[in-house]
Amino acid sequence: MSEIGLARRDNLWSAALGSRSFMIGAVLTGIFVLAALISFVWTPYGAAAQDIPNKLKPPSSAHWLGTDHFGRDTLSMIMVGARTSIAVALIAVGLGAAIGTPLGLAAAARRGSLLDEVIMRGNDLVFAFPALLIAILITAVFGPGAVNAIIAIGIFNIPVFARLSRGAALSLWQREFVMSARVAGKGAVRISAEHILPNILNTLIVQATIQFSLGILAEAALAYVGLGTQPPTPSWGKMLSDAQTMIALAPHVALVPGLAIVLTVLGVNLMGDGLRDIFDPQLRRSRG
Amino acid sequence: MFPFLLNRLVSLALSLLAASIVIFFVLEVVPGDPAAFMLGMNASPDTVAALRHQLGLDAPLLERYFYWLFGLFRGEFGISYTYRVPVAQLVGDRLWISLPLAIYALALSTLIAFPVGILAAARRNSAADVSIMGITQLGVAIPNFWLAMLLVLAFSIGLRWFSAGGFPGWNAGFLEGMKALTLPAVALALPQASILARVMRSSLLDTLSEDYIRSARAKGLTRRQTLWRHALRNALIPVLTIIGLQFSFLLAGAIIIENVFFLPGLGRLVFQGITQRDLIVVKSVVMILVFAVILVTFLVDMTYALVDPRLRRQA
Repeated sequence: MSEIGLARRDNLWSAALGSRSFMIGAVLTGIFVLAALISFVWTPYGAAAQDIPNKLKPPSSAHWLGTDHFGRDTLSMIMVGARTSIAVALIAVGLGAAIGTPLGLAAAARRGSLLDEVIMRGNDLVFAFPALLIAILITAVFGPGAVNAIIAIGIFNIPVFARLSRGAALSLWQREFVMSARVAGKGAVRISAEHILPNILNTLIVQATIQFSLGILAEAALAYVGLGTQPPTPSWGKMLSDAQTMIALAPHVALVPGLAIVLTVLGVNLMGDGLRDIFDPQLRRSRG
Repeated sequence: MFPFLLNRLVSLALSLLAASIVIFFVLEVVPGDPAAFMLGMNASPDTVAALRHQLGLDAPLLERYFYWLFGLFRGEFGISYTYRVPVAQLVGDRLWISLPLAIYALALSTLIAFPVGILAAARRNSAADVSIMGITQLGVAIPNFWLAMLLVLAFSIGLRWFSAGGFPGWNAGFLEGMKALTLPAVALALPQASILARVMRSSLLDTLSEDYIRSARAKGLTRRQTLWRHALRNALIPVLTIIGLQFSFLLAGAIIIENVFFLPGLGRLVFQGITQRDLIVVKSVVMILVFAVILVTFLVDMTYALVDPRLRRQA
């Protein structure tokens, strides 16, 4: 492990258990991750099973979270929808980090070079396209779907990780332990992988949690406007767009998927806040 | 100041050029012939060829790109494949809903976030600060289109203060128009205001811990005086960055919120464009939105220079 992080690593678990926002966030996120995992083997009803006579029923003992306009069980749809939301956001952030971080590290290692300039200007260009516009372009070419939502959110994430890792890496390149690695004859790639990356990992993890929660919001928004996950696969955004016209008749059909999104995003954000404090106790003291 | 301005203007032009290349070529990859699509299945090959020629679709790719690009300078975007009217006309009508909506939301977000963020920083760790941080944490997590639905439920269906959707047109009067945009703007603004208030608070707290603030206090200024005279202006840089970024989120968000409120803005136009394969409309709307984002980034850079004279000299 890294030169800086090693000493604190043992204390991380106790710090995590002691951080209120991390624990609340972890519990909230855990509930939805668990629901998503359980949905692979069990849901109260089939997520696509229609039961028209029982449509738009409020929560009851038979249907804990009520039913939608086709009589589908809302809880089952929320569980399967959690799968979609989490998977799309997770893969998209992974994609953005996997491409963006090496780009940022390369730009930092060759600071001021043509490579640095090309990478950073490329980032600026992608930054000018909000995720929704990337999704619109991709959907116009390949049609709507969960995979295209992943690509759109993933592309949006690349410059975020590239900028962050470049910025964090630049200051490390001035540090003594990097200097001594250079003196020892290590090349830029090895130094980036062995010395820079482990030391910026904490920053990247905190950013990944923020991007993950933004990813869940973006996935829901894309599904809501019909550019993301397509029926019959349940998704929280699609559930909300179906619910829109029925909100006056049966408010619960709009409330439940919305609350699922809010609680998941809140959970991930609280976890991110907690992680930031755990990784950087100085910050915690100064911010109070 | 002049070299700084020139530098930024060149970079603005290059960004716009690069964006236009990306948008044009991505949408040129799309399979299918717009002319055949416009004429339907029974059109004869000759008619299709004639229409292709009329639309300029038979020209080489690069030539079409430059034709499109120079058209943009003249405000000509081409003819919509489905509406058969100039895209500029379609976009022009709708821009006057999406743009005011985004600006209205940005104004609301800033007006809410500034006092709230300043209050939280000034009364750090007080009950007010803790509540503000809690509420904004929740605000950040709320999807704007869901908030929009809740607002409709409360203020349109419940209290009947606002209509649940639609737009009367600016001809019906400025106030009527603004009233129709109020719920959508609030839905867009509240989550963004939560982010902005948090940034304002943490930026102010960072600034308040600086040495020169301590000097100002030692000189005999009150807490309030140091906050308003010294800390606020210096805390503004990160806040301005976020405001600039928020404008692009708000523009993109506006085209989603338009769906909730059935507003005939750019969002509706672009989504119809996608389903009807009217790619020239999609191309133009995306270009306009990206243009707006790049322009705002440029303006934010300019504002930095006004707020912080050091940046002018650096460039």
